[in-house]
Amino acid sequence: MRIGVVTFPGSLDDSSALRAIRLAGGQPVPLFHASDDLKEVEAVVLPGGFSYGDYLRCGAISRFAPIMSSIIVAAEHGFPVLGICNGFQILCESHLLPGALTRNQGLHFVCTDQPLIIENTSTPWTSGYTKGDRLVIPIKNGEGSFQASAETLNQLESEGRVVLRYADSNPNGSKNDIAGISNARGNVVGVMPHPEQAIEFLTGPSVDGLAFFTSILHSLVGR
Amino acid sequence: MAIIVVEVMLKAEILDPQGQAVAAALPRLGFTFAKAVRQGKRFEIEVVGTPTAEMLAEIEKAAETLLSNPVIETYVVKVEA
Repeated sequence: MRIGVVTFPGSLDDSSALRAIRLAGGQPVPLFHASDDLKEVEAVVLPGGFSYGDYLRCGAISRFAPIMSSIIVAAEHGFPVLGICNGFQILCESHLLPGALTRNQGLHFVCTDQPLIIENTSTPWTSGYTKGDRLVIPIKNGEGSFQASAETLNQLESEGRVVLRYADSNPNGSKNDIAGISNARGNVVGVMPHPEQAIEFLTGPSVDGLAFFTSILHSLVGR
Repeated sequence: MAIIVVEVMLKAEILDPQGQAVAAALPRLGFTFAKAVRQGKRFEIEVVGTPTAEMLAEIEKAAETLLSNPVIETYVVKVEA
């Protein structure tokens, strides 16, 4: 099962994402921003980091990378895409997901092991969880405050498209404690926390993130 | 040669923690005039020749697709001599 991970100039967590795919049992495939070749992968992860130095707005310049034109077209036809942190910001800037990620309330860069609740298990990236599961996954960002119009928030809530919510306390002022959302079809998911950093006890606070990567493998097999 | 200025501001309903931090710092320096501060971005674009209606329409398009994110921001385009 070939899962791609895109490296942009300034990506940080691309190697961690590739490793998470391998540990989940998939075949990780590195993809490069400057090529529009998806190398026959069956799903793609946009990793965390600071692509293009976060210049202009986080994700604003990556959106126009050649690989994104292929991903945007594929995603509109149901191709599974997971955006993590900067990847989530890129998906919002690409209009594959609604809303935007803005500067954290309080201005701090927040780096912590964050309690979360799984809200939606119908996406190919979260099907291995049970609704209401409590996870602890690292967050590490300066611009993770999810903002959207009241109308968009109502739509996300009423359609069950909030995938992941902050538990206990809201670290950054995100509307409705939103930590992750999906598109209407469910194939595109963006999350601010880093599941690829919670896949084994040697390097993470838990193994709660691993199911993002086993979920997509099971979803692709069962398709 | 002309300069086109594009000013980008967060929409009023979007929280602006940077503006709030500036507003909180002003009274610490003895400046007591500020009720609130909003912080934005200013782009100065040097263009070739005299700006035409077509060029301004192109700049509007660039402001909407790249320079601002319409989900959270508004922009204005101005011509400066």
